[in-house]
Amino acid sequence: MTVFLLRRVFQSLIVILIVTVLTFALLRAIPGNPAIAILGPNSFRNPGAIRQFDQQYGFNLPWYSQYWLWLRHLLAGNLGFSWKLNQSVASLLGGHLPKTIFLVGISTILALVLAIPIGVIQAVRRNKFVDHFFNGFSTVFYAMPAFLLGILLILFFAIKIPIFPPEGPQGEGLGVLFTDFNALILPIISLTLITLALFSRYMRSSVLDNLTEDYVRTAKAKGASERRVLIRHVLRNSLIPIATLLGLSLPGIIAGALITESVFNYPGMGYLFYQAALNSDYPILLGITIVVAVATVVGSLLADIAYAVLDPRVRYVSQ
Amino acid sequence: MSLASVPPEFPDPENPSATTGLVTTYDTEIVDPDQAVAAAAGALPAGKPRSTFRRGLEVFLENKLAVIGVAIFVFMLLFCFVGPLLYPTNQLRVNFANEFISPNAQHLLGTDASGFDVLGRLMVAGQISLEVGLAAAALATIMGVLWGAIAGYFGGVLDSAMMRLVDALLSIPVLFLAIVVVTLVTPTKTVLILVIALTSWLTTSRLVRGEALSLRTRDYVQAMKVMGGGSRRAVLRHIAPNAIGTIMVNATFQVADAIALIVALSYLGLGIRPPQQDWGGMLSDGIQYVNDNYWWLIFPAGLCIVLVISAPIFIGEGLRDAVEVRLQRR
Repeated sequence: MTVFLLRRVFQSLIVILIVTVLTFALLRAIPGNPAIAILGPNSFRNPGAIRQFDQQYGFNLPWYSQYWLWLRHLLAGNLGFSWKLNQSVASLLGGHLPKTIFLVGISTILALVLAIPIGVIQAVRRNKFVDHFFNGFSTVFYAMPAFLLGILLILFFAIKIPIFPPEGPQGEGLGVLFTDFNALILPIISLTLITLALFSRYMRSSVLDNLTEDYVRTAKAKGASERRVLIRHVLRNSLIPIATLLGLSLPGIIAGALITESVFNYPGMGYLFYQAALNSDYPILLGITIVVAVATVVGSLLADIAYAVLDPRVRYVSQ
Repeated sequence: MSLASVPPEFPDPENPSATTGLVTTYDTEIVDPDQAVAAAAGALPAGKPRSTFRRGLEVFLENKLAVIGVAIFVFMLLFCFVGPLLYPTNQLRVNFANEFISPNAQHLLGTDASGFDVLGRLMVAGQISLEVGLAAAALATIMGVLWGAIAGYFGGVLDSAMMRLVDALLSIPVLFLAIVVVTLVTPTKTVLILVIALTSWLTTSRLVRGEALSLRTRDYVQAMKVMGGGSRRAVLRHIAPNAIGTIMVNATFQVADAIALIVALSYLGLGIRPPQQDWGGMLSDGIQYVNDNYWWLIFPAGLCIVLVISAPIFIGEGLRDAVEVRLQRR
C-alpha cells in the first residue's frame, strides 16, 4: 500500500510539472511583446523604458531561467498579475473560485445522489420501459448544449412563470449565495441535469457489470434476498468505480460550469475565465488553467487512493 | 478492416493477412465448432460459417436505438449535403426587408434577423458542424490510436513518459484549452478541426494503450517477433487492428463530443466566423430573441444539435454490444 501510495504521489507530481511546462509554453506562444502591451502602444519610441521593464520582470533572461523564475513564483502562490484588471490573479480567484466551488459542489452532490438510484433501477430493469426512459433522458441532456438548457430554464421558470430570477446571485462575497439562494436554484438545476446525464450512464454500466459477477450468484445461492444482494453486494461494489469517475470528470464539470456561469451571469471562475478570453487577458487564463489542472490531478490522486482503500484487488495488481 | 475485428484465436477466413503474419492460408471451411453448429442448425446455408463480423452486425441490428442512430445520422448527412440542391436558398446576401418572417409556404422555417431562410441555413450550417465533427474525430482517433498503441506496446519508461503527458493534458478542461488556442489563432474550419483533434485524442490513447498492454503479450505477436518482425509492423498490423472494436466505439463518442465542443465555442463567440455559421452559432444567435417568440430561430437548430449528438451515442452503444460478442468468444 505504501509503495502504491508513493508511486501514485510521485506520478501526480510529474504530471503537475508537465502541466506547468505546457502552460508556460502557451504563455510564450502568445504573440506580442509584454512590455509594449503593458507600457502602451507608444512605448516602442522609448527603448530604454522597454529595456528597464524587461530587466525588472525578467523578460531579458533566457527561456529556461524565465520558466524557473515563474515556477518559483507559482510555488509561492503567485499565479500572475492581470494588468488589464490591475489585480493579481490570486486575489481575483479568491473572489470567484469559492462561488464556483459552491455551485459545482452542490450540483455534483445532487447529481450523484440522483444518479445512484437511477443507475441501479436502470440496470435491474434492463431493456424495460424505465431503462429506456432514463436512457433517453440522459442522452437528451448529454446532447443538449448547456447554454440551451440554461436559456430554456430561464424562459420557462423566470420569464413565463416568474418563480426564480433570471440570473445568478450578484455581488461580492459568499454571503449573497445564502441571502439570495433563490437565484442560485436555476444554475444548480442546469448544472445538475448535465452532470446527472453523465453519471447515471456510468452508474448503470457499473451495476450491470457487477450483476454478472460470481459473488452475486453465491449470495443468491446462500439464500440472500434480492434486496440484500442488491444493496449489500452489488451497490457497494458498483460505487467503487464512481470514485474514479468523480476525479476524472472534474474538468468536464468545470467546463459545464463555465457555460452555466456565463448563461446565468454568475460571477464564478468560469465566468472570469470567459471574460478573460474575450479580453485576451492571458495571465488570468493561464492562472485558472493551472488551478483547474492541479485540482484535477489531486482529485484523481485522491480518487485512486480511495479506490485502493475500497478495493484491495487494485493494490495487488499494481504491485 | 471491418467493424468487429477478428479475435486473435480465430483468424478471419476472408482476410488472413490482416490478423496474423504466422498463418497465411486459411481454408474457409475451417471454423470453430460452435459456428459450425449454428450454421448446421439452419441459421444460414450450410458451408457458410457466420463470421464474427456477421454476428456482430446481427447484434448491432437488434439494437433498435443503434439502428435509429444510423438512420438519424444518414438523414442529417443527406439533409446537409443533398438538401441545398433540392431546396436552394440565398445564404449570402443579407436582406433586412425579409427579417423575422414566420414560417410560411415560401420559407418553411421562416427567416432570421438577416433575412436568411432558416431551413436553408440549417442545411449549410450543418455542413460545417458535420465536417468539423467528423474530421476532428477521425484525426483525434488516428492520433490517439498511434500514441496509445506505441506507449502500450513498448511499455517501460517510454510508456510512463507518454502517458504522463496524456494525464497532464487530460487535467485541463478541453473547453479551456480550446478557448486559449482560439484566442491566439483566428478560428477557421481547419483551425477548429485541428484544435478539437489536438485536445480530444487523449481518451482514445488511454483506451488503446490498455488494449495494447494485453495484446502485446499474445502468442501471435510474440511469434511475429521471433520471425523477425519489427516494432512498426507489430503496432500497425497487429496491435492497432486488433483494438479496432474499442477504437470504433470510442470514435463514435468522439464525433458527438467534437460537435458539442464547436457548439459551445460558437455560443461563446469563439467559433467559426461570419459569413459562415454552424448550428451552435445559429442557436446562440436565435436565443437572443427568446423573448420575441421567434421559436423557429431556436428549436430547429436546437433539435438538429441534440439529434446529431445523440445519433453517434446510440450508434456507439450498439457497436459496443456488437464488439462484446467478439469479446465473449475470447
